[in-house]
Amino acid sequence: ESFPLSVLVHCFYFRGGAELLFDGVKKHQVTLPCQPEPWDIRNLLKWIKQNLLKERPELFLQGESVRPGILVLINEADWELMGELDYKLQDQDNVLFISTLHGG
Amino acid sequence: FPAELPPLPARSALSAAEILRYSRQLVLPELGVRGQLRLARSSVLVVGCGGLGCPLAQYLAAAGVGRLGLVDHDVVETSNLQRQVLHGEARRGRPKARSAAAALRRLNSAVQYVPYRGALRPRSALRLVRQYDIVADCSDNVPTRYLVSDACVLAGKPLVSGSALRLEGQLAVYNYRGGPCYRCLFPEPPPPDTVTNCADGGVLGVVTGIIGCMQALEVLKIASGMGSSFGGYMLMFDALEGRFRNIKLRPRKADCAVCGDNPSVTCLQDYEAFCGSSATDKCRALRLLPSGDRVSVQQYKELLDARVPHVLLDVRPQVEAEICRLQHALHIPLRSLEEKDEQALQRLQKRICEEKQRTDDQTPLPVYVVCKLGNDSQKAVKILQELPAEEFGSVLAKDIKGGLMAWATKIDSTFPQY
Ligand SMILES: [Zn+2]
Repeated sequence: ESFPLSVLVHCFYFRGGAELLFDGVKKHQVTLPCQPEPWDIRNLLKWIKQNLLKERPELFLQGESVRPGILVLINEADWELMGELDYKLQDQDNVLFISTLHGG
Repeated sequence: FPAELPPLPARSALSAAEILRYSRQLVLPELGVRGQLRLARSSVLVVGCGGLGCPLAQYLAAAGVGRLGLVDHDVVETSNLQRQVLHGEARRGRPKARSAAAALRRLNSAVQYVPYRGALRPRSALRLVRQYDIVADCSDNVPTRYLVSDACVLAGKPLVSGSALRLEGQLAVYNYRGGPCYRCLFPEPPPPDTVTNCADGGVLGVVTGIIGCMQALEVLKIASGMGSSFGGYMLMFDALEGRFRNIKLRPRKADCAVCGDNPSVTCLQDYEAFCGSSATDKCRALRLLPSGDRVSVQQYKELLDARVPHVLLDVRPQVEAEICRLQHALHIPLRSLEEKDEQALQRLQKRICEEKQRTDDQTPLPVYVVCKLGNDSQKAVKILQELPAEEFGSVLAKDIKGGLMAWATKIDSTFPQY
């Protein structure tokens, strides 16, 4: 059985701003369509690349993961604690992408 | 850097003057006399005396920390004053480390201040970090962040790290009570062209102030024995939303290159090579174009004076074009060119067409591209070189080296610098 998932994808992305990559929108309430296999972060990244990223995906992605310097948080916890790419998304999950800041 | 510092003496009681001075915090049971005595015996190394380091050092000095080491290689500039609140107008051109020490001494002369006028370097960092109890990373670049973190792991010191850009800030305490280090979180540095600094991206002074004060708070809690709330957590601050988020971080990684079980980093390295960027340059100067595709501001001034037909294309973001601009320039932000925005390209085509009517149309029309510093203009030239000649006619795109800031320093001193 599978249902469409409603997931909040929140992008804190800099360098010309989130606006460059995600059309200036920080919060995306996305509905992931039904698919045979469960949605995990690996699939979500592919979906984001196809549906949200306007240009220059290399500023956000590297291989099948995010590029170095971007922290992924699932429900406000480091994705490393949740299984990283293999984490199975649940309905109403909150996924945050944060690029680390270096200025001061 | 100065020689080894003597350890701060252990104290068993506060003087009457100290009791009066610190009375408002002494009556807090969480701090009390015991905490104040611990503060007086604590030394804190502040790496960077800028937007974060100024408020941090100010509150630590006011609270009565024993010793503050102040590291900064830079001098005070006018554009620092908006957020680097220890440096006044009269301090412009002076080393920041000394300017900060002088301002802090006026605030609390009982604290020892040790200014280090130079960048933290791999050669000297470990010796310096070992002389302090707690380190505050208030730096502004990636290589220094890795250097400070590795030095803290190797010396076994807690690191209170802050950063800010635009309207957001972050804070974390690394290498604290068995928690992760900076490398546990970020084993690989970000690609250099994804990193934005405050000079390029901008920052609101109050945002660095809030994060610097949060750093000061965590330093005080560690130094006085209360303990930090951010070991294993990161604080994210979004000033526009008015929102703080506490994020639970991963534990220390057993395979971390520096704090892991079998570390490969056992001494400090060349962090500028590791990160592919400089620890001291304010702006990265890109070199995307061969020198034949670039002109200096002097050369541009000459052909402007000679009334050579051309188009000047300003590719800065809208917000910067509103600050200042050359009146004869056509303004199209780089982003519009990257997106091949149709309206923008039509405006460019129209201007090229108009200008071509002033020429014999035999030679390609020069299009000079300008931005703030001469990086984005090179990217724009590359885009222009790919435009179809059948629509835009034959044009010769070149960038103006050093951009409008070079124009301001070398050609027109009345042109605003920002
Ligand atoms: Zn580590």
